[in-house]
Amino acid sequence: MAAEVPRKKKKRKGRENKKTRTVLPNTLSEPNQRYANNQIKTTKYTLLSFLPKNLFEQFHRFANVYFVFIALLNFVPALNAFQPELALAPVLFILSVTAIKDLWEDFRRHRSDTEINHLDCLVYCREHRRYVERFWKEVLVGDFIRLRCNEVVPADVLLLSSSDPDRLCHIETATLDGETNLKQRQVVRSFYDLDCDFDPLKYNSVIECEKPNNDLNRFRGYIIHSNSRRDALYKVNLLLRGCTVRNTEEAVGIVIYAGHETKAMLNNNGPRYKRSKLERQMNLDVFWCVVILLVMCVFAAVGHGLWMFQYRGQRPVFEVLSPDGSDLSPITSSLYLFLTMIIVFQVLIPISLYVSLEIVKVCQVFFIHQDMDLYDEDLDSRLQCRALNITEDLGQMQFIFSDKTGTLTENKMVFRRCTVAGVEYSHDANARRLAMYQEIDSEEEECTSRGGTLPRRDSIGSHHSAPMHHSAPVVLRSHSTKSHRRTGSRAEAKRASILSKHTAFSSPMEKDVTPDPQLLEKVNDCGAQLDFLRLHGRPWSQLPSDLADIMDFFIALTICNTVVVSSPDQPRHKVRLRLELKSPVKTIEDFIKRFTPSRLTSGSNSSSSSSLATNRSSARGCSSILSSPSAESTLTKLEEEQQQSLNHAFSSTPPSYDRKLWQEGAKLRYEAESPDEAALVYAARAYKCSLVGRLPDQVTVELPQLGKLSFELLHTLGFDSTRKRMSVVVRHPLTDEITVYTKGADSVIMDLIRTEDTGKRRKKILFRTQNFLNLYAADGLRTLCIAKKTLNKEEYTYWLQRHLEAETSIQGREELLFESALRLETNLQLLGATGIEDRLQDGVPETIACLRQAGLQIWVLTGDKQETAVNIAYACKLLEPEEEILTLNANSQESCALLLEESLHYIQTKFLSSSSPFFQPPSSSSSSCHSLPFMVHRLGLVIDGRTLAYALDRSLEDTFLAVARSCRSVLCCRSTPLQKSMVVKLVRNKLKVMTLAIGDGANDVSMIQVADVGVGISGQEGMQAVMASDFALPRFRYLQKLLLVHGHWCYSRLANMILYFFYKNAMFVALIFWYQFYCGFSGSAMIDQWYLIFFNLMFSAFPQLVTGTLDKDVSSETLQRLPQLYRSGQNSEGYKPYMFWMNMLDAFYQSLVCFFIPYFAYADSDVDLFTWGTPITTLALLTILLHLGVETKTWTWMNWFSIIFSIFLFFSVALCYSATCPTCSSPSNPYWTMHRLLSEPLFYLLCLITPVVALLPRYFYRACQGALFASPAGLGAELKTGPVFEPHFLSLSELVKKDCKMSSDFSKAPANQDTAPQVKEGTGRTPLVVTPASTPLQVQTAGVQVTLPPAGGSQPVKYSRKSEEAEPWQSDHAAANEKQQLGAQASLPITV
Amino acid sequence: MVKEEQETANRPDNTAFTQQRLPAWQPMLSAGIVIPGFVLIGLAFIGIGVALFVTTRSIQVLELDYSGVEQSSPCFKCSDTSTKNCVCNMNFNLDKLFEGPVFFYYGLSNYFQNFRRYGVSKDLDQLSGNLDNFENPTDDCVPFQYDANKKPIVPCGAVANSIFNDTFKLYQIIGGTKKPVPLDGKGIAWWTDYNIKNRNPSVTPLKNAFNGTVQPSNWPKPAYELDPTDPANNGFINQDFLVWMRRAALPNFRKLYRRIAEEDYAQGLPAGNYSLEIAYNYPVLSFDGRKKVVLSNVSWMGGKNEFLGIAYLVIGSLCVVMSVVMLIVYAKFKFPDEE
Repeated sequence: MAAEVPRKKKKRKGRENKKTRTVLPNTLSEPNQRYANNQIKTTKYTLLSFLPKNLFEQFHRFANVYFVFIALLNFVPALNAFQPELALAPVLFILSVTAIKDLWEDFRRHRSDTEINHLDCLVYCREHRRYVERFWKEVLVGDFIRLRCNEVVPADVLLLSSSDPDRLCHIETATLDGETNLKQRQVVRSFYDLDCDFDPLKYNSVIECEKPNNDLNRFRGYIIHSNSRRDALYKVNLLLRGCTVRNTEEAVGIVIYAGHETKAMLNNNGPRYKRSKLERQMNLDVFWCVVILLVMCVFAAVGHGLWMFQYRGQRPVFEVLSPDGSDLSPITSSLYLFLTMIIVFQVLIPISLYVSLEIVKVCQVFFIHQDMDLYDEDLDSRLQCRALNITEDLGQMQFIFSDKTGTLTENKMVFRRCTVAGVEYSHDANARRLAMYQEIDSEEEECTSRGGTLPRRDSIGSHHSAPMHHSAPVVLRSHSTKSHRRTGSRAEAKRASILSKHTAFSSPMEKDVTPDPQLLEKVNDCGAQLDFLRLHGRPWSQLPSDLADIMDFFIALTICNTVVVSSPDQPRHKVRLRLELKSPVKTIEDFIKRFTPSRLTSGSNSSSSSSLATNRSSARGCSSILSSPSAESTLTKLEEEQQQSLNHAFSSTPPSYDRKLWQEGAKLRYEAESPDEAALVYAARAYKCSLVGRLPDQVTVELPQLGKLSFELLHTLGFDSTRKRMSVVVRHPLTDEITVYTKGADSVIMDLIRTEDTGKRRKKILFRTQNFLNLYAADGLRTLCIAKKTLNKEEYTYWLQRHLEAETSIQGREELLFESALRLETNLQLLGATGIEDRLQDGVPETIACLRQAGLQIWVLTGDKQETAVNIAYACKLLEPEEEILTLNANSQESCALLLEESLHYIQTKFLSSSSPFFQPPSSSSSSCHSLPFMVHRLGLVIDGRTLAYALDRSLEDTFLAVARSCRSVLCCRSTPLQKSMVVKLVRNKLKVMTLAIGDGANDVSMIQVADVGVGISGQEGMQAVMASDFALPRFRYLQKLLLVHGHWCYSRLANMILYFFYKNAMFVALIFWYQFYCGFSGSAMIDQWYLIFFNLMFSAFPQLVTGTLDKDVSSETLQRLPQLYRSGQNSEGYKPYMFWMNMLDAFYQSLVCFFIPYFAYADSDVDLFTWGTPITTLALLTILLHLGVETKTWTWMNWFSIIFSIFLFFSVALCYSATCPTCSSPSNPYWTMHRLLSEPLFYLLCLITPVVALLPRYFYRACQGALFASPAGLGAELKTGPVFEPHFLSLSELVKKDCKMSSDFSKAPANQDTAPQVKEGTGRTPLVVTPASTPLQVQTAGVQVTLPPAGGSQPVKYSRKSEEAEPWQSDHAAANEKQQLGAQASLPITV
Repeated sequence: MVKEEQETANRPDNTAFTQQRLPAWQPMLSAGIVIPGFVLIGLAFIGIGVALFVTTRSIQVLELDYSGVEQSSPCFKCSDTSTKNCVCNMNFNLDKLFEGPVFFYYGLSNYFQNFRRYGVSKDLDQLSGNLDNFENPTDDCVPFQYDANKKPIVPCGAVANSIFNDTFKLYQIIGGTKKPVPLDGKGIAWWTDYNIKNRNPSVTPLKNAFNGTVQPSNWPKPAYELDPTDPANNGFINQDFLVWMRRAALPNFRKLYRRIAEEDYAQGLPAGNYSLEIAYNYPVLSFDGRKKVVLSNVSWMGGKNEFLGIAYLVIGSLCVVMSVVMLIVYAKFKFPDEE
């Protein structure tokens, strides 16, 4: 025991050591060889390991093991049915196809690895004392690397030096996270003040950092200098592998992680594998195949035993003794036979099914990829399929869970209105301008040439009150891209053009904000007053408080963000407008030093030495606050000095300069991490408060009348989703106070506002702002609150001390920083609030309507506040004005339970009393819920995040689901990412439905991962959602075609193919089974073993692949026009359990035909075994191919080709095979069989009649189905070609018939009745449903319409027109408001 | 131009193939096509059926069961397996000319030549004259691979061992005297079997090749002495042997024994009385088998088989009936609408 304890300790120590990594520079010591080098190897195999490893992996698949087992069974002499070697062939074939595929993929990986490994980079060489070119793979941890502009970073590098005067390095991380805005990285602080070039030889520090991990947004560590001083290292010091250096001529860094240990590589996960619903169903039927196989084998074995038994010792001459010369007992013999039969019938389990499915799915993915309709011209992005094997799931979706922001909306944030100090500025002109943009957008869609749109935008811009700023950026933008192209390489130019398009926050619509005249006047007034105050040396506090609030409001808008400024001439170049070089406060000493007089002197010196004057500190002294008592005297003295220098500075600024700068400011481009930030900065610029430069420690702002002001940026407390706010701590240059500007969600900010001991005015502001916030939210605007707080020195010092502790700690740094931020953001003073509009994406209402018509239930899960969400929901037609809205807001578990009960009760009384069949009490529901008969129409559910948390509790989830399922639309507001995924999981597991989650942001990732199919919008919020998704779309509206067309096709194709596969194998195997009755159940086969084994692999393989890839049961146009057709996939109508059995029955029938027609035709003749068996093989092949032909809906030349090729292949192989090797392939030995057959007329006569007889029932069924009782899908297929191409008298009657059929189909959900709910549904939205669903009489009237040839021809058009009429586009807010009011009136009085 | 390319780097190919817009034929299963189609197929089939039926009607077949199950049968005495070298005579009478060429078959019933382990039991290499396989026959032949003295059996295997060994002689009885009908045993096996597949070892005399081997246990004489009259009909290329080795597909089968196409009988067997002399050796009653002799002539489509003709007629009629049914159903749906 005693001995163990120290060992444990040692272990722990060892582990502790392992927790960090120590990096020494390679100039001093030996290379850090124990760390991975930079060579990457993403290949799975080596030449040696390929075979065993690949085989091992393949044998994880059960089917492969089964087939190998059977092949091995063949090697047992007592059992063998085929030549053992031959029996191995199919397994080997399948294994080798997969192996070759794997090998090819691996080889491609290897090639790209080699390519990447052999990229060049500059590495410092100790011997040569300079940087030399090396391959990437030769880079080691500890190497110094020099990076030049536009180079890709070869490894994770700690930035030690940069040519940038601010010691920054700009990188683009598009390859990592898809975010296209530039990011800044900082040189490690200790090397910050290094003026000369960085010399690796002088570097002698040691870096301690955490072990390699895959968190892109975290890096912790510290650097230990030779003087044993420690400096913390952050994420901002690290350049990640794969990023591109921009705007920085040169940077030097030391490699921290290399090769596979880099964060980029650790994040690199392979494609995701999911199993689709269809495949799960299929596996069940594979199991049934196994059962059938066993039954057949047992049957044969018993038959054989009886057959043997009847001879009872009298051994006939044709019976063969066992090898030892003794008689086999019937029981032993039938046991052997059982195993032999398994070998013979093995084909019943479709060996090539899995491989074929994979091939077809890859082809389907290719076609989805290639679809022009899913390509977005503006973004130049197309759909990506990231999961290769769930294409058919797209056709079976039942629930869609959608994010709102960026998914339904464009995520293009447009500043709409604001309130400052309790006064609302409605920005009417701005609203009008936005309305105009909407019109332009719709026009633009029709306009094909992109060039044509730009001038028009300009002309629109010139209508505005301040045209100067509006048209300029557009022109400049196009210029800038051109100039960039001229200089850069072609690839670079391409990149730039993409970037300029992707730089989302720069469309004129977002950039140009028409200022509210009232506010503008006040801002100007404020500027003038400030100017006056300054000139007269009066303190800032003399400003009227409302004007001061306005000023602070705009300053907050301008600086409380992380926006990077770049100039338009070089889109990716940050504006180099440095006024002063200073690092932010990082230590207490630093702080004290800086706020002591000496520091002030140096500061003012440096500022006066720089070309532009700054207003680092205001005229009003801050001694009482800032200086420590000991330094007070010096401070007062220096104050005067400073004031002089300031005055000097002001006078030196020529008045004209302002103007020029202002224009310059208008040209600046802002690159923001979130569109809201950019929108606010652009809004502030409209009021001439523009951000002109941002450095790590300083923000420069241009203010009206005042010119440039530099704010010393002390801290930035970045945004996070828990705090829902961000803050900056700055030193206000005018007051020299330490000021905190906070911006964040209204819910959190409002709670942080200081309410005690504030004046009446403040309270009034708070009250009025809250009112306006509610108004904004009701308008569907995104609201943000702006607040500020001034700190006195003591407070700041106290906070700073703990903040610095937090910053320097390695473990738990995030938590500590979070707490630190919480400590700071209290007792705020409310300045105002903004309303930002996030416009709906094009076609969202139509898409939602269409998807809903297709039977999909759409839930929207958003983090937005309730009012905003509800309004957007109205705008996108998720909620309809005539719907009742159930709103669930609860404060506690109990009230939530009560609410849910009440709602449930309400629904039951209301809808059950009107004898609605849709609703069932939740207790009995879980069994049959895959169909959607539970929807109660005209009911929307809105639930907020807090209530959702209660509702998702285990005790309430069933009730919640019961309520939610009865509603047509569900809207969850204020939901966290975790809640989103919980909702999806709940619905998926409890209702047993197929779910699709669509989202664009990081907060949707968990939801996307949980759903059956995850769709990411490759929009503007980075790539996290896309990375987690199975499919990535450029826009929401593409979901329509993806689901309705591709989903439907993929599903019906695969369903048909799988059924066909089962049929084909069963039909072929059954032939041999029937033969057992005529060969004493001895396991003998009349089909040559070669045919038997290669039938599936060669002769009948191609046509089904072609059909599985290309067949279209309904045309794309029809599928989109009649979304109802999607329901066939939802109800799994393409592959129902009975279909499997029907196909099996058909297979047995067909094989009976193919067996017995030759049997009787050759009965009592001198035909020999294989001369009789070969025609049977041929007949089976022809029948199987023609069967596929009957099932094929569209014939392209590829279908023809594949079928003809298959037949040709069979005959040529058969001819070759029976012309070679007269003594091989015992026992069949088919020498010359085929040639003889081809010379016999009987053979051809058989070939003519057998397939006809075999396919007659199926063809007759199809013909009846197609001609008499059309399915909706069939109807669609014919609608496309139109009745014009058909003989009149038939087609017309067909259409009528089909209408009836369709109506019954749609009303199938409540199979037994035909009352209220459908009529409701019909009047609600789909006229198509109304007509047929009501009464038989109406069906007939519809029929009359159709009977007239012209009307019949225009029928399909009429559908679409009607639906358009019924759903006019209503997106303006007036209408939305109205609706909202309606909804509010109708909503239940149960809101708690 | 360059600009456009750059702006659409991700643009998919807009071809008919990638957009799934290949020109395609959609088989419309509408009544307008289906009904006439069914009628056409039906009529064509009926036509073929009639032709086949007429053809097969013209074929003459004569079957004589000589298993000797019934006591009245002349071969009953031979059915006892203990009698050796039993000969029996079957008499039959032809009313009219049996048109030539007449094929002489022997038929076996309930005989499973397609039994799996039986079928495997032969050595193709041995039969193609490979001397190595004379010494070491393939394991497939077990238990007819070596005899009790470990001497290899040639030809080995169950198929060869169980060769049919009844022989027949046919006489026409003209005025009480028996006139032998010449039976032609040449070319009754497949040409490829005789010339390519099966080969005797190139050893002369053939007998020497068989040194050190034994004949199959059921064989009265070795393979090289099967036909003393014709040296080219011995060994593995003996026609009867070849016919036997080609296994029948079904348990009731017939195999070609001889052809009658020579001398006076070139036009066929004239009407009259005939006597068939059977050397009864092959035991079949132990497994409830039957033996018969079949005389038949053939048409262009083979031997007599009425099935195919009837099948064509039935299916053809069925198609026509179905089309009529569909037409009636259509009419029902059609006329109310037009009113």
